[in-house]
Amino acid sequence: MAHIELPEGFPGISAGFTFRPETAKPMRELAHVLLHEPNSLTPGERELIATFVSSRNNCYFCQSSHGAAASCHLGDAAVVEQVKADFMAAPVSPKLKALLAIAGKVQQDGKLVAKADVEAARAEGATDIEIHDTVLIAAAFCMFNRYVDGLGTWQPRNEEMYARMGKHLADEGYKEPSIRQAVEVG
Amino acid sequence: MPHIPLSPDLPGIRGAMAFRPETARPLNALVEVLMTGPSTLSRGERELIATYVSSRNCTHYCHSIHGAIAAAHLGGDEALVKQVKADFTQAAVSAKLKALLTIAGKVQQDGKLVTAADVEAARKLGATDLEIHDTVLIAAAFCMYNRYVDGLGTEQPEDEALYRERGKRVARDGYVQVSAEYLASDADAAHAGGIDGAH
Repeated sequence: MAHIELPEGFPGISAGFTFRPETAKPMRELAHVLLHEPNSLTPGERELIATFVSSRNNCYFCQSSHGAAASCHLGDAAVVEQVKADFMAAPVSPKLKALLAIAGKVQQDGKLVAKADVEAARAEGATDIEIHDTVLIAAAFCMFNRYVDGLGTWQPRNEEMYARMGKHLADEGYKEPSIRQAVEVG
Repeated sequence: MPHIPLSPDLPGIRGAMAFRPETARPLNALVEVLMTGPSTLSRGERELIATYVSSRNCTHYCHSIHGAIAAAHLGGDEALVKQVKADFTQAAVSAKLKALLTIAGKVQQDGKLVTAADVEAARKLGATDLEIHDTVLIAAAFCMYNRYVDGLGTEQPEDEALYRERGKRVARDGYVQVSAEYLASDADAAHAGGIDGAH
């Protein structure tokens, strides 16, 4: 049961977005710029950062939908699971590992990010914009995750729904809703 | 020292926003609608929620500037702002706002901590669904803004007068208008690749 009267059949953040379009608009735009627009980090890498942070925040809806988007971009569902379980052992670049280490600290508290963490990322080739975007993706998902959980939204256990969402997010980005009508799943 | 080269003239989130105008735009649009858009919660009440969450996250820049904006909306009552940060249950704010601050404090830790009883308590004191929604989102959004400001290692000045002055301007003109002064010029610099704040 959601804490407020959210539109029925809309899972996760789509319920909050449908309930309050005025706040949905900038939130969608932020996700679109961070995760979908051209960047020297690939969309797959950025979705992995979002998935990792959402997993650390234990937000089922966000880690499932962004995990599905990452998997779509990368054509590899196993790597998504590995990043969630232990990114240091995952088959991703040393640069992405260094950025995930920064994201993991931001997830707890931005003040934990040390000069050494940033130096390590830079030594693997990370640019200032990439470091900036990693910090902001991690911070933004601390918002999205809390929003989705704090409203008590419906977060169905339905792999097929997340796969469909993931494909939409990977193809179209975040400007338009990936859930346009009530979903009929238990 | 910030972790990436940010303008020394722009402390806190302002340097970060000038560095990356593409993300600054939606970040500003969100705070503008949440904190200044039409709402049955007063601007002062909403700023108190933002200040409280920022204080819980120990982000000096954010709890100082939003505390100053709150005070400006509340007739200059800085003591009230300090009391909300220290222990809101003892502050001279409405019972409804106390119930909303309880929800905000849980969201600050983890959204899953918000219980049906917390929401019921707020509703009994007159909180509407929209007010509960906005409380959750303000708390969640400041968990983002705080981490953004801290995670980049931005400059966070101690000088209270600086926040007081700027707080009055933001309370009067809103976020988008006040930030336009540095976003407009820095947008060009960022696109040209010359982000050094030398202007």
